[in-house]
Amino acid sequence: MRLLNRPLGRLSRHRRRPLAGLLVVLLGLLLTGGLYAVFSPAQASQDNSAAQIKQGRELFLAGCSFCHGQNGQGVKTLDGNQLGPPLIGVGAAAVDFQVGTGRMPAVQPGPQIPRKEVSYTPDEIAALAAFVASLGPGPAIPSPEDYSLAGLSDSELQQAVARGGQIFLSNCSACHNFEGSGGAMPKGGYAPRIRGVPAKYIYEAMLTGPQAMDNFSNGNLSPAEKRDVIAYLQSLQDNPDFGGFGLGGIGPVSEGMFAWLFGIGSLVGVATWIAAHTARTSKTKAEM
Amino acid sequence: MSLDTSKIADTNRGTPATAKKPNKAGAVAGWADDRLSLGTLTKAFARKVFPDHWSFMLGEIALWSFVVLLLTGVFLTFWFVPSMSESTYQGSYTQLRGVQMSDAYASTLHISFDVRGGLLVRQMHHWAAMLFIAAMFVHMMRTFVTGAFRKPRELNWIVGSLLLLLGILEGFAGYSLPDDLLSGTGMRIADGLIKATPVVGTYMSFFLFGGEFPGDVIIPRLYILHVLLIPGLLLALIGAHMLLLVFHKHTQWPGPGRTEKNVVGYPMLPVYAAKAGGFFFMVFGVTALMGALLSINPIWKYGPYDPSKVTAGSQPDWYMGIAEGLLRIMPNWETHIWGITISWNVMIPGQILPFVLFGMIIGWPFLEAWVTGDKREHHLLQRPRNAPTRTAFLAAMVTVYGLLWAAGGNDILATHFHWSLNSITYFMRAAVFILPAIVFYITRRWCIGLQRADNDRLLHGYETGIIMRSPEGAYSERHLPISEERAYTLTARQRDEVHELHPAVDENGVAAPGSRSDQIRARLSQAMFGDNVQKPTAQELEEARHHAEHTHELEAGLAHPASGHEFDDHNLRDAEDVPLRSH
Amino acid sequence: MTENLPETTDGHHAGPVTVEEPIPNPGLPTHQWRPTDVDPKAEKRAERQVAALFGLAALGAIGFLVSYFVFEIGDQHQTDTIGNLGASNLMLGLCLAVLLLGMGAGLIQWARKLMADHEIVEMRHPAASSPEDREAAVAILQTGLEESGLGRRPLIRNSLLAAGGLLGLLPIVMLRDLGPLPGDKLYHTIWDMNTWTPAQQAWWATQHRTLQRVVRDVVGTPIKATDLEVGDLVNCEPEIHFATSPDGQPLMEGTALMQSKAKAAVILNRMLPGDIVSAQTQNWSVDGIVCYSKICTHVGCPISLNERTTHHLLCPCHQSTFDLADSGKVLFGPAARPLPQLDITVDDEGYLVARHDFDEPVGPSFWERG
Repeated sequence: MRLLNRPLGRLSRHRRRPLAGLLVVLLGLLLTGGLYAVFSPAQASQDNSAAQIKQGRELFLAGCSFCHGQNGQGVKTLDGNQLGPPLIGVGAAAVDFQVGTGRMPAVQPGPQIPRKEVSYTPDEIAALAAFVASLGPGPAIPSPEDYSLAGLSDSELQQAVARGGQIFLSNCSACHNFEGSGGAMPKGGYAPRIRGVPAKYIYEAMLTGPQAMDNFSNGNLSPAEKRDVIAYLQSLQDNPDFGGFGLGGIGPVSEGMFAWLFGIGSLVGVATWIAAHTARTSKTKAEM
Repeated sequence: MSLDTSKIADTNRGTPATAKKPNKAGAVAGWADDRLSLGTLTKAFARKVFPDHWSFMLGEIALWSFVVLLLTGVFLTFWFVPSMSESTYQGSYTQLRGVQMSDAYASTLHISFDVRGGLLVRQMHHWAAMLFIAAMFVHMMRTFVTGAFRKPRELNWIVGSLLLLLGILEGFAGYSLPDDLLSGTGMRIADGLIKATPVVGTYMSFFLFGGEFPGDVIIPRLYILHVLLIPGLLLALIGAHMLLLVFHKHTQWPGPGRTEKNVVGYPMLPVYAAKAGGFFFMVFGVTALMGALLSINPIWKYGPYDPSKVTAGSQPDWYMGIAEGLLRIMPNWETHIWGITISWNVMIPGQILPFVLFGMIIGWPFLEAWVTGDKREHHLLQRPRNAPTRTAFLAAMVTVYGLLWAAGGNDILATHFHWSLNSITYFMRAAVFILPAIVFYITRRWCIGLQRADNDRLLHGYETGIIMRSPEGAYSERHLPISEERAYTLTARQRDEVHELHPAVDENGVAAPGSRSDQIRARLSQAMFGDNVQKPTAQELEEARHHAEHTHELEAGLAHPASGHEFDDHNLRDAEDVPLRSH
Repeated sequence: MTENLPETTDGHHAGPVTVEEPIPNPGLPTHQWRPTDVDPKAEKRAERQVAALFGLAALGAIGFLVSYFVFEIGDQHQTDTIGNLGASNLMLGLCLAVLLLGMGAGLIQWARKLMADHEIVEMRHPAASSPEDREAAVAILQTGLEESGLGRRPLIRNSLLAAGGLLGLLPIVMLRDLGPLPGDKLYHTIWDMNTWTPAQQAWWATQHRTLQRVVRDVVGTPIKATDLEVGDLVNCEPEIHFATSPDGQPLMEGTALMQSKAKAAVILNRMLPGDIVSAQTQNWSVDGIVCYSKICTHVGCPISLNERTTHHLLCPCHQSTFDLADSGKVLFGPAARPLPQLDITVDDEGYLVARHDFDEPVGPSFWERG
């Protein structure tokens, strides 16, 4: 069946080979997160980072300080609500996540800031991250080695996926659903859909606990365990839809809708066809 | 024409004369008939008449889905292992390799990934189950809203209701069998419901699960219920349902030539058999199509059941949605008194209300029969508009059901429409009381309005859409009388009688027995039938016809009288060989 | 009662309704022919349509057989795909659908277009048996009753009833061994080391510690209080769930492990110590780390949807919301009782341990709970 499948198959089939996997990860890095690696604090040289922090501070003052305060100390409204939380100690990873996924800068303050188009270039995001990281010690932007699956052998990868699945179903699916479709939280909050989110952001989200999400710091889930979760999500992504279209991946509710709308709907249509009167003619049959 | 002499004895030997065997099939039929009297049966039933209407085929959807369930279910049993013994998975689904899981779950994975067509059959089985119960619902609604449950069919109404209950139970058992995270969570909730039973709750739970939840016996126990006991009961009840259907003969819509004393339609052989048989293949085909295209219950994504894991969007299959909704919107009432706990928050939505709601639907035919005092047989159906209170009651019940169903998916609603989970719950708590009342009122008035419109058509004819101007400049719309068949169909219904109160005391001043219930009956009767519009009498129709003729005469004097048929195909109908459409 | 309704006394024998009809019944309309009845061309066309549908069905069957052998199933790498859909499932299902829908549509079209479509009339008869039959039936039953002497021999009747009643009791009694009695099982969890089996006790003796550690779910590693940052939520279990015998075999597995997990699963949440509201929550916490049962007090779903900012824990099944900062108080939803808190501290090595079992039954309410 290899042969027959080729024309029908998908690109990702090639991706499944270990070497191709590495290639795609590298390609993915270039395409999505790309340039940040050059600017990541671990690799940036000292004087480079000083300039970067300066640039970040300027960007911060222009775009963030209204809610987070000029020194990232946070701002409270007159009635005591938090306008923007303090950013001292949240680390570069939090900034990379919030700004890199477009959640920040927020259009308006609220309990949950939705994902939207990214407003800053990778350079600017790196600069902002460097500035916020300079305010107080916090988690750094993870390096690709932390979440990359490239170095794993086939059996290691398989074990990572299986372990990651169990960790995912223990820690993540409660809010984000069994295949990362997201779910509801109290009072209008929600756990966002995490299918198709780049590995770096998944990792950063676990590391920093954005907005109302809990932390899964390295003392909670070790870096290897975080990587396992990412491996599992990636493998779900690589799965073909074995049984047909996924109906949104939200479980029995959409299945029930389809049973009624498609199933009962079409069968009532058939019943109507069966019982409908056929065309008649005004001619009569001679012999009867 | 010559006489067939083959059956006439031409010898006086001891063996009886038999027909010359024309062919093998005839011989087999003859052999069987000698033993089973097939000829008589065929004569009695093969030309049995079934009236034709789409709404009469809804029950058939349920019947044929059940057949699909039997066929696909048998296939699944060849591989499914109903055991909670655990082993480490080493099958084809890589994401779960090395994970501990029950044999039930592992064998379901095996069916899905290692048996060709296994996943298809599993999905068809699940879709057919959803359709089975949904079709029973729509069939039941049709029966309800047309009054097909009236004498002599009350028993079949009860049988059908039991089928629905058993079907739901069967579905829940089947949903639980794969022992995945969702079904296990469902069992956990069932365990919570059982534990809330007064006095014996924990005992029932321990007996059901063979010890503490989840134990290791619930899957085998549910399995035998799912593949033997409940299907057996379902089959028996379906048999009874069909026998009663044949015995009572199907109801029919009123119309020319169709009365309470006859049934008009197509014979079992060949037309109805072909249509019903064809419909079976259509139902089977639709489940195959759904199994091919629409993923259902992807248990490999849920993972094996583990009581410490859970997923967002933990929902039951749709038919349990109402119980789920009730559980979700119930306020948290619990009583702690004399060292015992009464969990109203679980008992009321889980054990009491579903049965109360169900009981209301089951009980309605008997309430209606008592209020009308009607002991006659009814074989002609009522149009929903001609029983406004009943139709409105159904609409209200459907509203309650829909709201509770939506409440059961409130987390999905919250994420998809960006609503607050809490607000939905608060809304639903009020809406399940308010909206049905509003729907009831609107539906009832709507039906009565439609009854009025019917009477207008009978008395004044239909609106042709042709506006005429009189010489004086007055505008009027041309009405034409409806056809005689149509007019007859509209009037072929009973008049509703409002039950009048017997005097509370008889002429001797003695309290009449049962006057209290009689009062209730009179009040209900007034409420149910008092506002209905009755069909016109013969006299009213006669007067209306006179009036119409008079107008016609006046119009005949106009320079350009309109026939009213300017825009329809009336004139074409007298032409030769034009395909006609039925009206 | 008006004259239109039958007398109730005669109700049992009332036949069908006679409807008062202001317009006389015009009778069945005359039969109208279909084009296929009168036009040989139309008839041939319909015949071809039906045959084409059956032919299509046959093609579906062949397609099914081909698909069965051609498309591979198996793991995500082996499975053949079309688009991103599993090819085997898709093609088998589509071909089966073509087969079945073709046959169905063919049969229906055949019946609609070509089979005789004269409506025929069958008369109905009241469901009730005739009065004579009823009388005869009553007489037969009476005879049966008399000939058996059931009425005249109360001794036989009563002893039979007694035996039958006792017979009915047997299956109910035999259900007794469906499961053990609850006893005090619901009142304890495995956090209480007194409930441990001798094998577990023996393992514990080798550990030389006094209090049971709270370990991470799935991986089973112990947790230091200093591991956790503010905002961390950890899904945890008692360490005995992960204990292994010297030969590497787990001490708990299968049913026992499942049953234990169903009661003993917990969550840890670290918040700012200043956020904690109630004194008990404060007393049972370590540096702002609180530990609660993961089993919802409503109907027992595992519950771990926490909002870091509010410390509100939501149940995904029925949306009960609990306040982790305030003794697990119910804030919303159908749950009536607060979430039980586990009293934790740190051991000599700095790992989080449980001081004792929950002081109330975890999970759903039950009658004798109190």
